[in-house]
Formats: sequence, C-alpha cells, structure tokens
Amino acid sequence: MIKLKINGRDVQIDAEPDTPLLWVLRDEIGLTGTKYGCGIGMCGACTVHVGGQATRSCITTLAAVDGTEITTIEGLDAEHNHPVQEAWQELRVPQCGYCQSGQIMQAAALLNDIPNPTDDDIDAVMTGNLCRCMTYPRIRQAVRQAAAAKREI
Amino acid sequence: MFKQKNFKKSADLSQLTRRGFLIAMTATGATFGFRGPAHAAMTLSSDAFPAGPDGETFEPTLWYGINENGQVNVNIIRAEMGQHVGTAIARILADELEVDWKDVQITHVDSGEKWGLMVTGGSWSVWQSWPIYRQAGAAGRMALIETAAKKWGIDPAECQARDGIVTGGGKTISYGEIVATGLSRSYTEDELKALPLKPNSELRLVGKDVTALDIANKTNGQAIYGIDAKIEGMVYAVPLLPPTRIGSSVVSIDDSGAEGMQGYHKTLQLDDPSGTVPGWVVVLGTSLMAAKKAAKQVVVKWQAGDTAKVSEADIQAHARQLINDPKVGSILDTGNTDTTTAFKQASTSLEAEYTTSTVLHFQLEPVNATAFQNDEGVWEIHTGNQWQSLILPSLAKALGVEQNKVIMRTYMLGGGFGRRLNGDYAVPAALASKAIGGKPVKLVLFREDDTLFDSPRSPSVQKLRMAFDQQKSIIGMEHHAAAGWPTQVMVPSFMPKGTNDEPYDPFAIDGADHWYSVGAQLVRPISNDLANRTFRPGWLRSVGPGWTHFAVESFMDEAAHKIGADPLKFRLDHLLAEGYNAGSAPNAVGGAARQAHVLKRVADLSSYGKAELEKDTAIGIATSFGQSRNMPTWVAGAVKVHVDRASGVVDVQKIWLVFDCGTVIDPNGARAQCEGAALWGLSMALYEGTRIENSNVRDRNLNTYTPLRMIDTPEMEIEFIDSSEAPVGLGEPGTTVIAPAIANAIFNAVGVRMRHLPISPDDISAALTER
Repeated sequence: MIKLKINGRDVQIDAEPDTPLLWVLRDEIGLTGTKYGCGIGMCGACTVHVGGQATRSCITTLAAVDGTEITTIEGLDAEHNHPVQEAWQELRVPQCGYCQSGQIMQAAALLNDIPNPTDDDIDAVMTGNLCRCMTYPRIRQAVRQAAAAKREI
Repeated sequence: MFKQKNFKKSADLSQLTRRGFLIAMTATGATFGFRGPAHAAMTLSSDAFPAGPDGETFEPTLWYGINENGQVNVNIIRAEMGQHVGTAIARILADELEVDWKDVQITHVDSGEKWGLMVTGGSWSVWQSWPIYRQAGAAGRMALIETAAKKWGIDPAECQARDGIVTGGGKTISYGEIVATGLSRSYTEDELKALPLKPNSELRLVGKDVTALDIANKTNGQAIYGIDAKIEGMVYAVPLLPPTRIGSSVVSIDDSGAEGMQGYHKTLQLDDPSGTVPGWVVVLGTSLMAAKKAAKQVVVKWQAGDTAKVSEADIQAHARQLINDPKVGSILDTGNTDTTTAFKQASTSLEAEYTTSTVLHFQLEPVNATAFQNDEGVWEIHTGNQWQSLILPSLAKALGVEQNKVIMRTYMLGGGFGRRLNGDYAVPAALASKAIGGKPVKLVLFREDDTLFDSPRSPSVQKLRMAFDQQKSIIGMEHHAAAGWPTQVMVPSFMPKGTNDEPYDPFAIDGADHWYSVGAQLVRPISNDLANRTFRPGWLRSVGPGWTHFAVESFMDEAAHKIGADPLKFRLDHLLAEGYNAGSAPNAVGGAARQAHVLKRVADLSSYGKAELEKDTAIGIATSFGQSRNMPTWVAGAVKVHVDRASGVVDVQKIWLVFDCGTVIDPNGARAQCEGAALWGLSMALYEGTRIENSNVRDRNLNTYTPLRMIDTPEMEIEFIDSSEAPVGLGEPGTTVIAPAIANAIFNAVGVRMRHLPISPDDISAALTER
C-alpha cells in the first residue's frame, strides 16, 4: 500500500509499485486531465507536480512517489483560474487541447522557479512539451502574460 | 441545401403539437425528422441543454433548438480537434437567428443516420456549413418574427429581431416567450431558397471576436477525449500487431507466460469479416497496465504478408518506373493537355524531380476506442473520429449486424490531422467486445503501436517539365506525381475520373493543377500500387498540396532562374486570370488575380528582394491555393532563413503569410489555424519524416521522430485580405507554401537547390560540398 497526497487529499493506492504514476492517476484515481502521449517522457502531456517540481508521470513509478504531494491539472487551482490558466484562456492557446494540461503544469512550475523568465528561459523549459497543433507562439505569449499577472498579485 | 417536409395531413400536424413547424434539411438530400433524445457523448459547455419550464424545446430545424428561456442549442456534426469548429458554425447560425452569443451552446452529436454524411476534413467545415446554417438561422428568425407580428396584429415587416427579442409596434417579446406560446410555420422549398439573409454589413457575430465555447475545459483537465471514455464494467485491451499492415495471419498464440499475472484476462485472436485488421491479436486485462504487462509475455507467431521486406527505396523506385511508363495514370482536365507538341517545338526546356519521405500523423492522443453492446442491442463505439460515415459500414460488417445497429459517440479528438478520418482503430475494439459477449472493451494503442498502425502520408516522387519558346515564354508544362493513394484504398467511390477515363485520387494531386497560365498543361497523377499494398496511405493535414506545391513552387523558382527572370515577377506574369484560370462563382471568384494579389502583398510585407540581409541569409517566396481548385484559399508565404555552411543547419528566422479566404468567420480561430498550419508545414519541411523499413515505419516514438518544438518556432506575421466573398477553408492552406518557400530561401542564401523533403542538414552539407 502506497500513501500519497493528491491535490491536497490523502490517498492510499493498492497497485503494483512499478506502475507509472500516470496510469495510477488516470485509471485508479480517475483524474483523466493528465494525458498520455509518448510514454517515454519526451512529449510532456503527462506533466504533474511532485513536491512542486514538474515531473513526467509516465516514467515515474508509483513507488518513487511514496509519501509525496502531487498536484495535477485538476488541483492546480480550486477555481481553475491560476494565472497560467487565465492567460491560456485569454489568449485562446488550446487547439485540440490534449497537450495543454501538461503545458500548463510545466508553465506553472516554470513561473514558480523563475518568476521573471526571459524568452530564452521560456523556450528552454517549454521546448520539452510537444504541441502537435503547434500552438507554440501562443504558449510563449501566454507564459509571458502569466508571469506579468503573477507579479501583480 | 434545404429540403422541405410537408405536413399537410392533419395526423402529421397533430404530432407536431407545440413543437410547431419543421424544416428538415441535410447536405445529402435525404429528409430527416425531429432530433431524437439527446445522445451526445460530449457537450462542450459544462451543463446539458436545459429544457424550458414545461420541458419543451422548440426545434425549428434539425440543426438547433430554442428553449423557453431563449437559450439556443446548436447541433454540430463536425469533430472538434482544435479548430473550435462548433464556435465557428454556431456563430453563423446565431448571427442570422439574431440571438445573443451568451445564450448559445453547442452539442456534438452521435452518428445517427439523420445527420447525413459526417466528415471533418478537407478544410470543408465552414465552407460547407456557411449556406446551410445561415438559412437555418434565417428560417427561425422569420418564423419567430411572423408569430410575434400575428400576435400583435401587425405586419411582420414592421418588426425586427435582435439579441433574442422581437420588437414591433412599440412592443417587445423574447424568443423564449414565443417558444412558450407555441408556433407553427412551414415553408415551401422555393420560400426557403428565397429566405432573406442579412446583408454582410449587418453581420454581428461573423468576423467579430466572441468567446470560443471549447477553450475553458481545455485548460482545466475537464475536456473529455476518447482515451478518457469510461463505461461501467469495462475491460482494457492492448493489441499485438502483425508484421505487415496487410496480409498477415496468426500461426500460433502462446499466452502461458501471462497466465496467472495480476489482472490478466485473456488473449483474443480477432476474427475480422471486414478485413480491417488482419492478423490482430489483443490482450485483455482489468486495467490498461495489466493488459500491457501481460501482452509483453504473450508470444505470437505470424505468417507475414508478401510485402514484409518492402522498403522506402523500393516504393520510390517503383514510383519512378511508373512515371516513366506513359500508359499509366490519369490525366486531369486542364484544357489543352497536348504537351508533346509543345516540347517538340520548345527551344529550351527544364526538368526536375522532387521527392518526399513518409510522414507520420503523430497526433498526440494515440488512437483508441471503447465498444460495447447496449441494453437495446445496439453496438456503441465511443471514440474521437473525423469520418463516422466511412467506418460505420466496416464496423457493421465486422460485427455482422445492420448498420443501424452501430452508433458512434463522438468525443474530443486529441489531434486529428487526418489520422482519424480513417476509423480503422474502432474495429478491433468492436471485435474484442463481440468476442466477450458485448461487454465494454476499451482498446488503447500505446505510442509505438499507434505509430506502427498509422496511415502515414505516402512517400512521393514528382517529375516536372517545362517548355520555353525562343522568347523564353512558357509554352508547356508537365507534372507527373506518383504516391500511395489514400482515397483509392479507403473510399474508391470518391475518386473522380480524368480525361482518359482513369480514376484518380484528388488528395494525391490537388495543387499540381495550379493557376499559372503555362500553355499546354499535362497533370498526371499515378497510384503507387506497391505503397498501397505495403501500408495504408493516409490523408495527412494538407494532403496532396502538402507536397505538390513543394514541387510546383520550387520548380517555378528554378524556371525563373533558368531564364534569368525574377521569381516574383515570373510568377505574377503567369497568374493572368484568363481562360481556365479566370475563376468562377461562388468559391473562386477572381481566380488567379486573387492569388497574384496575396503574392504581391507578401512580397511587400517581407520586403522580398529588397531587404538588406546578412551573409548566407535570404528570403524565399511561394504561393498556393490550398486546398483545391474548387475551393481555393489564396495563400502566399515568405520565409527568411539563415544557413550555417559548416553544419548545413537551417535557422528559420521569420515567416510572413497572407491569406485570402473570402469572408473570415472567426478571426481569432482563423489566425490560430493559420499559425498551426504554417508550423505544421515547417515541421514537415525540416524536422519530420521517416521511412518504410521491412514494411513498417522506422521511427515509432519521439526518441527518433522529431517534430517542431518551441525552440525552433520562428516569429510569424499573418495577414488576411478583407473580403466578403464566400468563406473557404483554413485548416490546411497555411501548410502548403512553407516547404517551397524554405527551399527557395535556401537557394537564395547559399545557392543549393534542395529537392527532397524533409530537408536535412546532411543533405545541405552534401549539396554545398558538391558545389
């Protein structure tokens, strides 16, 4: 039995310890906002926060997160209006939307680590998240806008 | 097209009760009745459509309903895969109906027969919906106004509708109140055709900025895609794929290694009467992970199909053989097709070959489907799909039932890009469910399986020739193109015939039939039968024009350089809008003149030929008319690149694009589509491409398949020509100019001509060395 905290709630999981966190979240807990894309940590659709750090849940085993605090897109903000989510909506970033949970989680972590990111910072961090609809110009702009909004809070 | 349904018999009228009149309509000509109970698997708004206090909803047409609160629900048959298509279509209707946007919601409907042909592709959605939904909205508005006028005893001409309220004779009444009182009105077909549409100047939602109805749920994890489908009691399925896409059969299955594993259920050898998934084996488990783990322990022996050793080189060699055989292929009607005479008379000529590699869809949500037999005995398929009408017959055949016993519930698509036009992935889910008595089965292809099972864009070979007379004027042009033909493989009935009575796949040649006046013109599409037998060629975003324009627009630059002309002026000199290229109403008014206009505009925007640039840096141009001659979206692009001579690496610094798509319905969405399409084009020009090895694609995941990332995304400047012409599509046209503009820019920068996509640094280095 593995114990962890997901979106502020204590959870006990009875699954094989080598199960990727992604599939525990999706199929055991029912949090389907976190997406599967490549399974090898290279698309970023599965990005969640583990102890506040952006983490690829598809290559992170359940055993590895025993006792940690995990935040998924569903728990990023109780009202779904985290500055990153607001910027994403205002600039209408999503097209198909499938990668955007991961993009938003990655961007939120980026702004925690680097509150005033340069364009190079944004490119360097966000380039690990693939968007097949190619919404990159708007993601870039939305990260800048969210950074500005966070500074005002 | 509207079709009227007559309700002359009193029995029919009595059935209408408070629902009032009905205008049934469809694009296919059939006449449909009332919408049944709401069966949408997915509504994009957070709440289901509420009925009025009496539980009544007034449905003026199949396409929408108004409740007693004046709220409007618009039924959308198009799949949502990132185009915000429901927002675009609902706005067309809401504008004519004269309702407030805040009262509008959309429902993506199931695959019921009444909806007619269901397909989302070809950049067709807005173009096809524009007349239908405008008339539907106008019909509702007129009926509501007439009812109000009658109630007040005044002439309807004295009334007007705005924001869901009818005003006239000093009185007002809301749509909701009218719906609550009931109304009855039917139209003859002639009346429907004569419905007064608003002048474009009075459009209040079209062309304006409104809130997209699907965005919010795509930022909070609430949007539900096929892979998120959940049916009570479902088991999970993971496939074991045969060595060839076509012609494999199972010799033996040994699952002893999986027996006793936690959550392992059983292994099924699929029996597929539809022939969609020959040689498939699926492993069932209580969870996806359990099925996946067990699948690794199941040993299957197959007899491979006869293409097991086929490589990309074999396919391309076969293409060249076909091109060199004048007896094969179709001939498009381009007016004078007798190029033989022109080339005999030519004083000089030019010939070049262009090739493109196999390209993967790599839509981020891998294909998946959930299938079961419901309590009414109907097979339900829950999945994201772009062409329900295409796969339903195969599903029925696979299940051994009539087509009306199969229904697809459409979910959000985690990317379409044409992959989900081919619904082949739904068949194994249905077969697996059938094999266990109709219990729910959720089948998911993991990434490597999704890629292996892709319907990739076929590799292509194109040979272009141009004949010049002594004055260096073009007197003839030939375009021979050989590739796997998706339409021939998937839906041969969709293929038109050429002038030689041979059918052809328009999605494997559109673009070659360009709008330049070149004298005699021969356009010859050729089906590569070896490609068709080896894999399932697919329609991939921008389809044929994604590679035909690469050839045409590279070749136009080569031709200009050959005769010492400026590539921009050379193009403009041949975009004459005369004869075959004069254009026609309603979709191609102006013809080549509109293409010349966008080209001139992009040249100005980018300062093409004028800008002072650094060493090894240059701008290239290209123009296209994505997606086809019968619905041209006029596009021109300019791309600025820097080429590093040492490494051959191309740095794309800026892209300029100008579009003339007629009326712009959704300005923000239009821009988003063009941004995405252009970068899709960039990705395929420089970063993507695989090859067939032993009958399968070589690259199966992101460790070796490398689509565009943010770090390589250039600045973009996009402009739309202000126009009130009929709206055409925008999902793909932005793609088609990028690759040739880059190839032309590379030539301008360092003098090497790249004739293969994707353009790799190694190829550039090799070309520079050779030079």
